[in-house]
Amino acid sequence: MSEPLIIDAQGLYYRDLNQIIRDKVKEGVTHFRLLNVNGQRYIGAGITDDILIEVYGVAGQDLGIFMNGPTIEVFGNAQDCVGNTMQGRKIVVHGMAGDVCGYGMRGGKLHILRDVGYRVGIHMKTYREMVPVIIVGGRAGDFFGEYMAGGIMVLLNLWNDDSRSTVGDYLATGMHGGVIYIRGDVDPYIMGKEVGQVEVTHEDRTLLKGLLEEYCKDFSSYSLDLHGILQVPFTKLVPVSARPYGKVYAY
Amino acid sequence: MSWPREISGCGLAGIISRKRELIPGEEIVTSIVHQKERGNQLGAGFAGYGIYPQFPDYYALHIMYDGPYVREDTEEYIKGRFVVEHFEGIPTRRVPSIMDRPIFYRYFVVPVELPGEEISPDDYVMAAVMEINEKIDGAFVISSGKNMGAFKGVGGPEEIAEFFRIDEYEAHQWIAHTRFPTNTPGWWGGAHPFTLLDWAVVHNGEISSYGINKRYLEMFGYKCTLMTDTEVVAYLVDLLVRRHRLPLRLAADVLAAPFWKDIDRMGSRENGLFTALRMVYGSALLNGPFAVLVAWNGGMMGLNDRIKLRPLVAAIDGDRVYMASEESAIRAVCPHPTRVWAPKAGDPVIVPFDDARDAWEVKGCQSL
Repeated sequence: MSEPLIIDAQGLYYRDLNQIIRDKVKEGVTHFRLLNVNGQRYIGAGITDDILIEVYGVAGQDLGIFMNGPTIEVFGNAQDCVGNTMQGRKIVVHGMAGDVCGYGMRGGKLHILRDVGYRVGIHMKTYREMVPVIIVGGRAGDFFGEYMAGGIMVLLNLWNDDSRSTVGDYLATGMHGGVIYIRGDVDPYIMGKEVGQVEVTHEDRTLLKGLLEEYCKDFSSYSLDLHGILQVPFTKLVPVSARPYGKVYAY
Repeated sequence: MSWPREISGCGLAGIISRKRELIPGEEIVTSIVHQKERGNQLGAGFAGYGIYPQFPDYYALHIMYDGPYVREDTEEYIKGRFVVEHFEGIPTRRVPSIMDRPIFYRYFVVPVELPGEEISPDDYVMAAVMEINEKIDGAFVISSGKNMGAFKGVGGPEEIAEFFRIDEYEAHQWIAHTRFPTNTPGWWGGAHPFTLLDWAVVHNGEISSYGINKRYLEMFGYKCTLMTDTEVVAYLVDLLVRRHRLPLRLAADVLAAPFWKDIDRMGSRENGLFTALRMVYGSALLNGPFAVLVAWNGGMMGLNDRIKLRPLVAAIDGDRVYMASEESAIRAVCPHPTRVWAPKAGDPVIVPFDDARDAWEVKGCQSL
């Protein structure tokens, strides 16, 4: 990887910061290191070039919104709406992330080390070869995978040993496509009416192993134990209907 | 046809020193201005506690006037009901972008005579506040608590801070707001915080149950005159906690009540309690998306709606506790907090001052 272009984002208005990035991408810069980021919005928005953006600090709302080409790595926490309607590539967050991550995401990967907020993966979708993936190392709030239409979500709960639930209420309410894997058991009470729990197959295990290998590699500095992670059985959720509200809206 | 449209939501910030150390006004200004993207320059405000140590036992009435005549009428009214220890114009600065501004005065008062056994001094003040807001055209009481005050108006948070010279105050705790008015007008009285006595509330979201809440409050003498949904939150907290003496935690459980489906799963004692709360206080339930900060002379509370439709982040650093809509607003004034977390939906974060812990600390709350 080339030497990074270092930008001190301290006090920089988000529009100016993003304009600098877009201008420098046009000039051929492919590696950015943003220091002292604190809440600047829309970093990486809509960029289609193959670049690497390292963010040091707290990434603001809509990190990587609509993006297609970049890889973004956040050394810190991210706020709400990470990967909103993201098209491709990857966002790695070495911390926690807020609500509505992966909103309408349609491709690429979202790897989050710790907890996420509410409505993560809401209405993410698959189109042909584009299969978005969200992997969360911590816990998630309510409405995880709400209205999910496609893609893969994995929730690991690696950092807590208390008895609180890995995931919040209304899990996958309205889900009608894709698959959710949650490490450990899930109380059926919190599951949406539109999902069912099915057996984890050999193919699932192969898929998970591949996805988590990459996840552990992204977070290599935390020495995550892939083998240990996979030893706990996963709960697999899929939709029971491709059109759960068909009867509600048909007339 | 299309037109430029900024999509956003209001922003909140709060800082409390549990030991009641003095926090300079600049800090809360920095924190709220950091989130100015969440507002659209049509409203901002601040409330500070412990700002009037020279008059700690007097109700500080902050009053907004449309013009000088209404001020005369209102002062007649106040003199008839209160002993005015001191009064003055609230100091302001000229801010180029603030063209059309009301007049602001503050009065440090106590009720004229002990109002008798049926009515407490707080109720007496509350009745006066309601009467001024409802009956004196062009006068509005912006805050009415002891040793606290609210400062609010139409503008961005940096403009309103400059206008009210927030940098010249120090407080044990601050809350602040930057507004993005959606359903109601952006006028001076409609800016946040909304207050009554020492309660002050800043809010991001919308209270869809406003009509029900308003009519319910009217039965207890509260008049909603400020044309903004958040007003009901301040009055509901006053009704539930001060007048009905509910523990704050239970008041939060009234405002953001557990769903019936979850109450059905509770053990019999809890089931009985929450069933009773929902039945007695059904009209005090806040429906719709909200994140609120509630401040009073005993501390601060952060509360979300039951399904977290608006953001709220909390952090601790030593004696200080911070809450805001965005983590970056906390880190703008506290770069390295020891703990940062996103409060759970409907589960209040209650932060009492150390010297008020006996009265306000709550077991079973999100631990600090």
